[in-house]
Amino acid sequence: MVLGVGPFQVRIRARIAALTGFLSRMYRDFPLHPPDGFADIRVRLYRPRSWRRYFQPQVCFERDGKRIFHPFPLSHAPPLFEWGLNWCIATRAHQYLMLHAAVLERGGRALILPATPGSGKSTLCAALMHRGWRLLSDEFGLVREDGRLDPLPRPIPLKNESIGVIRAFAPEAELGPEFPKTRKGTVAHVKPTGASVRRMEESAVPAWIVFPRFQRDARAVLEPVPASYAFLRLAYNAFNYEVLGAEGFRRVGRLIRRCRHFNFSYGRLEDAIEIFDSLAS
Amino acid sequence: MEDLMVVAERSRLTATLGHRLADAGILAALPGRVRRHFEAAMTEARFRNRLIRWEMNRVARALRPLDVTVVALKGAAYLLLDLPLARGRLPADLDILVRREDLSRVERRLTEAGWRSAELSEYDQRYYRRWMHEIPPLRHPRRYVEVDVHHALLPLTARLQADDELLWSSVREVSCSRFRVLSPEDLVLHAVVHLFHDSDCANRLRDLVDIDGLLRHFGARDRDFWHRLTERARAHGLERPLTYAFHVGRRLLHTPVPAEWLNPGRVDPLLRRWMVALLCRALPPSAPDDLDLGAATARWLLYLRSHYLRMPLKLLIPHLLRKALAGKRH
Repeated sequence: MVLGVGPFQVRIRARIAALTGFLSRMYRDFPLHPPDGFADIRVRLYRPRSWRRYFQPQVCFERDGKRIFHPFPLSHAPPLFEWGLNWCIATRAHQYLMLHAAVLERGGRALILPATPGSGKSTLCAALMHRGWRLLSDEFGLVREDGRLDPLPRPIPLKNESIGVIRAFAPEAELGPEFPKTRKGTVAHVKPTGASVRRMEESAVPAWIVFPRFQRDARAVLEPVPASYAFLRLAYNAFNYEVLGAEGFRRVGRLIRRCRHFNFSYGRLEDAIEIFDSLAS
Repeated sequence: MEDLMVVAERSRLTATLGHRLADAGILAALPGRVRRHFEAAMTEARFRNRLIRWEMNRVARALRPLDVTVVALKGAAYLLLDLPLARGRLPADLDILVRREDLSRVERRLTEAGWRSAELSEYDQRYYRRWMHEIPPLRHPRRYVEVDVHHALLPLTARLQADDELLWSSVREVSCSRFRVLSPEDLVLHAVVHLFHDSDCANRLRDLVDIDGLLRHFGARDRDFWHRLTERARAHGLERPLTYAFHVGRRLLHTPVPAEWLNPGRVDPLLRRWMVALLCRALPPSAPDDLDLGAATARWLLYLRSHYLRMPLKLLIPHLLRKALAGKRH
């Protein structure tokens, strides 16, 4: 099948029940394209022919006939698909400056949340998505040549305690199955909201760059930062800044000029929602 | 179209194809969804070329106190000479050539300046130093590019050797660089040697495209080029691989080799037809789902041949055995 995911058409070949179930649920409202069309990305998940086949079944990920990553346990086919697809995008889509960031939109303006370890980006992103923000992406800020951001809505992976946090914070959220003992601990995915998927073709103008830092019980503080600081942090954060060379410099510069930029520490999701709401109003 | 993209990616030719399409004025006319794949690949190729230029800059800086001649080979040379074929390439390493007697000084200076040797087993170290034509690859920890320092163009034990003194006699300067480059004829012959004597034939189409690019570029500029190239091949004893290169290039890429220069080596026509057929079968990449036993067999035969050429039998058998037992490490 050829699945439309944001700007990419992904040809997926897999005969793995766990994955098919996951896809039909998490990508339910995503467009399907005719199989004889031009796909941008081709992936295949398969069970390797090895002696382990029966008592420790595994699954492998392949792009264009070449295997990527080590095998995963068969039951982890869905997270393998998600991480594999991320890799396929990050290694090739150099028409974009690709930020490692969550991006959400309200009123046509985009909020960029660059990822750093301990930022709680995915949890924050899932929470915002259920409080009136449209999800562009939880992982990739796709910055076009004209400076706008293209959406890439995907299931949002939550880790360990965050799963419980979001279940409590947004009971209406649709969560996929839990995958225990992955490299990142227990992982479960949040289905992107209907609105996020429906408006998948609508790009957004960047307005705010906020570097989040989660600290349990911390007061919510939003503090403006100088442009030079924001520039360096954003450039380091991007997946393909060096690959783009001078063009990368140009795109980051324009983003910084167009946006307001802040550092943000928070300890409670509710505080974060309030602060971002006031930013957007 | 999608199949074309897949095959182009596998052969590392997407960016090159993109440049050819741009030169022909076709790229802009392609639908955006297809065009951006080429553009993204061209962006990556520009990046990789930039990394090589920077590595050359750093190596030149490190070697400044030494009075040695350093020759840039392959991709680095194409960049220094600003050849059209340099665009769209994805160089992985920086290949440089120094005289054998300068090798330890160069290795020492680079190590002092921060480059580190790849971690290899003792056997591999010996393989590199004694039998290959290079020291183990060097890499500066702050960067990604591997620097391969050669002291000859072919492994020391190969049955076919390029004439090293001849090489050095025609090495020439390039403006604005401390690196020298080989003569155009030697550039072609080095690429030919690299193509046919390296063991892995799958995905060597890229190398044939380079040779085709060199021949078209230099052949168009100078009518005497073909004559000089043939003479040079004979002086090196490389007429046979050059013959194969001409025929395979002509068959697969329509390389415009003038008819009177098509057979520099006195190769038995039957053998030549057989080798050319084998190579034409082995070089182009197979589509991912295609088992393509024909190509696989051709590649296997050529793999055996190339190892046979690299080492005498008494070294080859133990070497292959070792590799098989150790699993695929190279």
